[in-house]
Amino acid sequence: MVFLEFERPLEKLYEQLEKIRQIESEGDIDVTDKVKELESKIKTKQKEIYSNLSGWQKVQLSRHPERPYSLYYIETMFKKFVELHGDRTYGDDKAIVGGIGRINGQTLVVIGHQKGVNTKMRQYRNFGMANPEGYRKALRLMKLAEKFNYPVVCLIDTPGAYPGLEAEERGQAEAIAKNLLEMAQLRVPIVCYIIGEGASGGALGIGLGDRVYMLENTWYSVISPESCSSILWRSWDHKEEAAESLKLTADHMLEFGLIDDVIKEPLGGAHNDPEKMAKILKSHIKKEVATLMELTPQRRIDQRIKKYCKMGVYQTAAAE
Amino acid sequence: MGWFKRFKEGIQTATKNKKEAPDGLWYKCKKCNETITVKELRDNYYICPKCEYHTRIGSYDYFELLFDGKYDILFDNLVSKDFLEFTDLVDYKDRLVKAKEKTHLNEAITVAVGKIAKKPILISAMDFSFIGGSMGSVVGEKISRSVDYCIEHKIPYMNISKSGGARMMESAFSLMQMAKTSAKLSQLARKKIPYFSFLTDPTTGGVTASFAMLGDINFSEPGALIGFAGPRVIKETIKRDLPEGFQSSEFLLEHGFLDFIVDRKSLRTKLADLLTLFSDPQAA
Ligand SMILES: [Zn+2]
Repeated sequence: MVFLEFERPLEKLYEQLEKIRQIESEGDIDVTDKVKELESKIKTKQKEIYSNLSGWQKVQLSRHPERPYSLYYIETMFKKFVELHGDRTYGDDKAIVGGIGRINGQTLVVIGHQKGVNTKMRQYRNFGMANPEGYRKALRLMKLAEKFNYPVVCLIDTPGAYPGLEAEERGQAEAIAKNLLEMAQLRVPIVCYIIGEGASGGALGIGLGDRVYMLENTWYSVISPESCSSILWRSWDHKEEAAESLKLTADHMLEFGLIDDVIKEPLGGAHNDPEKMAKILKSHIKKEVATLMELTPQRRIDQRIKKYCKMGVYQTAAAE
Repeated sequence: MGWFKRFKEGIQTATKNKKEAPDGLWYKCKKCNETITVKELRDNYYICPKCEYHTRIGSYDYFELLFDGKYDILFDNLVSKDFLEFTDLVDYKDRLVKAKEKTHLNEAITVAVGKIAKKPILISAMDFSFIGGSMGSVVGEKISRSVDYCIEHKIPYMNISKSGGARMMESAFSLMQMAKTSAKLSQLARKKIPYFSFLTDPTTGGVTASFAMLGDINFSEPGALIGFAGPRVIKETIKRDLPEGFQSSEFLLEHGFLDFIVDRKSLRTKLADLLTLFSDPQAA
């Protein structure tokens, strides 16, 4: 198990629990009560820790190395799933996966950022940072969904679109912009979930939808706290302050009306019980898709655009 | 050549203080270090006569350069609000006050409607001098209203980008302006109203990754920096030097993301041609 700094108090308790279980396995002493006591202590401690997380701690939790990624959810939630590759123009981006699958009898297209589960795979997945062909693959799959009237589900988890030389050559900006334009007019439902990191245009590039939800321990912002710190504070040391200033947590985003709801995670975060998290997500998708499918395409598009038009805070100055 | 005379002399009193172009008697070129008088520079469309560097000019300069004569400013009463009470080394609300004082502008984008070669057009133009031309809620809202205006009056839309990208101090609100502006442009596209996106130095980040790249025609001034990620970030990521001319207008044209590059001196004629072609597709 991996423990983040603020999870340290749990580490000791888990160690004790482990020891007692070992004693139990040796068979001489009855430790049932002790196990129960420790388990309840862990639960209490978890409640204490996870109900008071700062913005920066949520950022850390969203990057927890054991946190489930898109493919985990897809494989767990979907009865049948066929992964589809490539943008039909340049290549197959490994940081965005997608395909066609079925949840409760409904065929749908699912697209998600994908991070690697170990050192080798993290490289392979480019740390979840997509190149233009990733966004173009996503758009191709959305167009497939539109053609056959399948709803689209997007799972968002990226530290940002890849800031590379080739990414610029192949039009990173154009790829994201095009997706935004097309997603605004897509004739099928789009439901988006921030399942980890929601960093900037790289997240939004597959994140414009009829409904946008955030899991409890995720963040969504125009810039990562680290980059924000380096630009505005001119040093990397102010990431905690930046995270606070950016107001990037799911609760803030809901308060601002920029997302539709926050989805509770199992106690201790999604990584503590991935299976349960997948189950929660699955029933949520099922419900949302069914509701949205009842509207006509034009009604959905109108509501979608209207929703985004409302986003923004400004005031009217008196004429000079 | 009435319009050019006006442009040179900047006689519109309302705009006198709103120029981003260098003031004072002498101007030293950033690119080639040539020193010339400001008058010479102005007579040459704020282009360095020696190296053709297009110095950064402001929204009102473009309005003076492009419109036939008078034009009307729209939505100028929309101003930013420090809704998040954002604080870094400086409070956002102080940044806003300072930006207004320095530029005499209300925001990083100004919208005007007028005529070019007798054809009506709405132009929104960004000012880099206003917090780096960054996009916050007001920029998004002004673009959104511009689109509505163009749909209502059935006139073409042109945006002049000059921006470092999203305005961090408005956090996710600024991010969502990418979605908002793109969604509005999708409505304009549905109505088959032309959208001309003119990218000037610099155009980066969330602005490039939304409305700036979505033109029916995307075009640019020579030598402008245009990209998604900033050159410094890319350099740090790939840990090697960037090739000469990387992310310049010429680089983007070569890679297929611009329709053409136009010298500031020919911009008005080029636009007049486009407007004629789009507005009279079956002229005798
Ligand atoms: Zn020069």
